[in-house]
Amino acid sequence: MVTSILPLTVTDAVVRRRGKTLLGPVTTTVSDSGLSIVMGPNGAGKTTLLRLLHGMERVSGGGLLQWQIPEEDARALQAFVFQSPIMMRRTALDNVAYPLMTHGVSKKDARVRAAEWLARVGLADSAQKQATVLSGGERQKLALARALIRKPEILFLDEPCANLDGRATREFETLLMQAFKDGTRVVMSTHDIGQARRLAEDVWFIHHGQILEQTPAAEFFASPKTSEARAFLKGDIVE
Amino acid sequence: MNEILAGLLQAGRLIVTFDADLIEISLRSLQVTLTAVAIASAIGLPLGCWLAVRRFRFRRFVIATLNALMGLPPVVVGLIVYLMLSRAGPFGVFGLLFTPTAMIIAQVIILTPLIASIAHQAIRELWAAYHDLLISMNTTRLQRIGTLLWDGRRALLTASLAGFGRGIGEVGAIMIVGGNIDNATRVLTTAISLETGKGNFSLALALGFVLIGLAVVVNLLIHTLSRTEVSGRW
Repeated sequence: MVTSILPLTVTDAVVRRRGKTLLGPVTTTVSDSGLSIVMGPNGAGKTTLLRLLHGMERVSGGGLLQWQIPEEDARALQAFVFQSPIMMRRTALDNVAYPLMTHGVSKKDARVRAAEWLARVGLADSAQKQATVLSGGERQKLALARALIRKPEILFLDEPCANLDGRATREFETLLMQAFKDGTRVVMSTHDIGQARRLAEDVWFIHHGQILEQTPAAEFFASPKTSEARAFLKGDIVE
Repeated sequence: MNEILAGLLQAGRLIVTFDADLIEISLRSLQVTLTAVAIASAIGLPLGCWLAVRRFRFRRFVIATLNALMGLPPVVVGLIVYLMLSRAGPFGVFGLLFTPTAMIIAQVIILTPLIASIAHQAIRELWAAYHDLLISMNTTRLQRIGTLLWDGRRALLTASLAGFGRGIGEVGAIMIVGGNIDNATRVLTTAISLETGKGNFSLALALGFVLIGLAVVVNLLIHTLSRTEVSGRW
């Protein structure tokens, strides 16, 4: 019996909104392990791709998104960290406990586990603070803890360090790498080429809603195949 | 000016001497309005929340209608409830006309659209902020509504308090369905109306000051109990 949601296969998926094609057609496979970095210029479709893979975008044009288990079960085994962390109007502790409480764990048990996770991400002292008063770095770490508390098989992150300073980015990356080492499949978008070099096992380069390259990181950074990727890595403006 | 001063003095005297009539009609005012607000909130808050979360075909029309119903003329509501509850009406058998229950029914009809509409506005903004998170967490619709109601509780309290403000000062509907019967359905607003009609302006003003005081005290009490102004909380 298959219990893993991965690999996820995407076939000819197109995302349209108000008659405009934002992404696709995209055909790809998300393997069952690894740390993939999605790169591309602004407006290339990175966020839309992550949202599509997470099941938050409606697939149009007859495309298919196929997990190894039924969609309802698959959704429960994924998590998403947004570029601007969405903080619920609750304490830090209750923010982290929330995903457990919505999936049948008692409030008391959820809070115990949330406290463990807050300690793990270095926010134990902020447990009783309202989440919205935390700093940007603390919020993003809180969002990561909230995403990981249910032990997702796959974690999507949409430019999570875009608004963080160097120190907060380093702390976030350390926590992310720990989650990856613990077995979480990671798919993350970033603008930061340095971050991609530090973290990526493979790189998906996306432009105008199309995945132009999906290659091992070393290969991508050494010899990008497309002129757009070469220009992007050189720091040129990619239109 | 003299009338206002006399009214203030009389209000003070009525309160200090624990005037039995004043206490009775004040308690009845509170009983009718608080009960109506509780029922209208129980209907209006989830309704407003549901409208914020749910997408359906005539949603905009329903919201526009709800907003329009905020301005329901109380006298018309009173008239319709009167016809429904009168002996010849469909609910005449229950004998509710000229009872506090009839007054509560009329107020619930007036207050529900107001509370639902304010709740909808408040929850719509919260839903816009939470939408992606709650969808990504694979929550059920019921869980989303529950979360929005809980996290938006302070904004929703404002909706209920707005309902209380409108209800406690309402006179048209409850005059028609209650009948302003002494020791039975007389409340502060209908008593003010009666005393004004009799030319007894000092007493009418005194009752008015008590009414204002009551509204302020209830609002302050609810704000204090729910700790709305504590920093870092909602």
